[in-house]
Amino acid sequence: MRFDIPNLPEGTDALRANVRAFLAGYDWGPAVRARSWMGFDRGFSRELGKRGWIGMVWPKEYGGHERSGLERTVVLEELLAQGAPVGAHWIGDRQSGPLILRLGTEEQKRRILPGIAAGELAFCIGLSEPDSGSDLASLRTKAERTNEGWKINGRKIWTTFAHLSDYMIALVRTSPAPEGGSRHAGLSQFLVDLRTPGITIRPIKDMLGEESFNEVTFDDVLLPADALLGREGAGWEQATAELAFERSGPDRVLSSFPALSAGIDAVGPEAAVPIGRLVARLNTLRGMSLSVAGMLEQGQSPAREAALVKDVGNSFEQHLPEAIRALLEPEDTPPALRALLHDLVQLSPTFSLRGGTREILRGIIARELGLR
Amino acid sequence: MSEIGDAITGQIDRLLNDGNGPTRLRRLEAGEWLAETWTALEEQGLTLALVPEDAGGVGLSWADAVAIWQVLGRHGAPVPVAEAMLANALLASPVEGVLTLGASDAPFGRFAAHAVTEAGVRPVTGHTPGLNLAREPRDALRLGASLTAGGPSPRAMRLGLALLRAAQMAGAARHALNLAVEWANTRKQFGRPIGKFQAIQQSLALVAGEVAALESAVGIAARAVDARGLLDAGFEIACAKIIAGEAAELAASRVHQVFAAIGITEEHELHHFTRRLWSWRDEGGSERAWAAEIGAEAISRGGAALWADITSRDVRTA
Repeated sequence: MRFDIPNLPEGTDALRANVRAFLAGYDWGPAVRARSWMGFDRGFSRELGKRGWIGMVWPKEYGGHERSGLERTVVLEELLAQGAPVGAHWIGDRQSGPLILRLGTEEQKRRILPGIAAGELAFCIGLSEPDSGSDLASLRTKAERTNEGWKINGRKIWTTFAHLSDYMIALVRTSPAPEGGSRHAGLSQFLVDLRTPGITIRPIKDMLGEESFNEVTFDDVLLPADALLGREGAGWEQATAELAFERSGPDRVLSSFPALSAGIDAVGPEAAVPIGRLVARLNTLRGMSLSVAGMLEQGQSPAREAALVKDVGNSFEQHLPEAIRALLEPEDTPPALRALLHDLVQLSPTFSLRGGTREILRGIIARELGLR
Repeated sequence: MSEIGDAITGQIDRLLNDGNGPTRLRRLEAGEWLAETWTALEEQGLTLALVPEDAGGVGLSWADAVAIWQVLGRHGAPVPVAEAMLANALLASPVEGVLTLGASDAPFGRFAAHAVTEAGVRPVTGHTPGLNLAREPRDALRLGASLTAGGPSPRAMRLGLALLRAAQMAGAARHALNLAVEWANTRKQFGRPIGKFQAIQQSLALVAGEVAALESAVGIAARAVDARGLLDAGFEIACAKIIAGEAAELAASRVHQVFAAIGITEEHELHHFTRRLWSWRDEGGSERAWAAEIGAEAISRGGAALWADITSRDVRTA
């Protein structure tokens, strides 16, 4: 594995300045900044859509802007550095849209992609089930063929923003895993309109007392034939490729960045050494994340590199609020920073869970090393 | 990396991969000068690698240089060829033969003909021996009058040495990790290779993440030096040396844990690399010293400037 830093294209300086100037017009409080891509704000997503900052790399005929992947990365970095509330379009822009662009039918692309790019359509990811977490191949939600299309039964859980989203891309079983064959065979992905009758979405309160994830029940849900996304039976390969997008971005390094910028203003010069260590790590991990973006831009599939960057990045994001807290007595901490840290401490356990747990990622890294 | 840099790196790796690596390091640590190794590497043009072609050098980039230093680190850097390479890069005109940096704690100083100091190139006339914890020579030198009109600034020497040590640490840590993986796949307990146990896999995966971060930090720093010169790449070099120091602690403790008792024996090669990690992190500025520098800068610039400052350092190479 090599992590060479790509050249950011010439135009990115101006683009970065534009995004920065736009974001300077917002004055979000700590609750918004702490959540950032885990915060849902359709109004803000529409504003970004108007400016061409969603679906940036997609073809213009599907509502995209035909910019480079590195230009997109620059926009993502700026949004995350400010803790902007980008959750309403984040999943669509990051993985559902690219998946549809790559595998969808012409009709699916025309129907869905312009809406994502405009910040109008929100997506959620239907992977985990009550009995299937890291062992995803064990999932049991199934789709059966009908005369008109498909009938889905089963249950998805921990589905972030299902209650606020328009579509889910669900991974379900369309045929039993062959006896003695691969457990990964027989899975397929479906593009599910969440307004379809038979779908029940029940928000699950999290430890912050908020509703961000859900249980989604499918009870004889009838989907049209064109709800199938990609190839029947190829769901595992498709979903795995999607995870490379999910794992590779700057959102795996910068989730708690606002705690560092705010923390720097609250500490005194005696905190130089610990602050310097955090800044060094931030700069390095940001470079590694850029490097993965560069590989994607060159058409490579850096799935293992993305797993490694996500693992080291998540550890940093998780450590950051603790590290700032360790430099300040609670009574000396400015109220806004204190509120930010309170939220980040409660949000940070998810950093090393969502998109593949730390243990699964380290298993991937170990295999790459030649172990197991 | 350039084609010629790539070729030289491969050549050094083959040259040092002769099966005598651990023996060489044992001889060095027993006080011997490895004349044949020095000569072989000098013949590759290494001491002049960073000197521009029009000054009689090879004209490699710093990106090439850190790749070479990483390879040397993977082999435990048995002779001070990296130091000579750096010293010549800092001089107006290169000097032949064994070169060291500074007058105190001078790497391999007792074996050097000349030392590069702020005053210029000075002949080594005597020394008081000293060792770092890896038992590499770090001598206090007596020096004759300078042969040149001035030398590099202390800042340039410190930055150069910090990058050099960070790169060598990346190489040493990578080698220690490779050794641990090989051992984990061979050593059997409870009826299977210990590398089959998730506890071992998870631990070494963590090391792999740190080593990759270190390699990246070194690459970022070299890229900055190529674009802006050594003196204007202080931030990136500081980052590399900080990550190097942090990675050293984690990598050394984890690989030793995997090797258990065999890894701490004199006979095993592992300690040559872990002891170098523990030594090199203190040279060219510790992670604490560099963190104090960039941390103070970040605090005085203020939180709002942090992100803008980081992105403003982005480099575009030709």
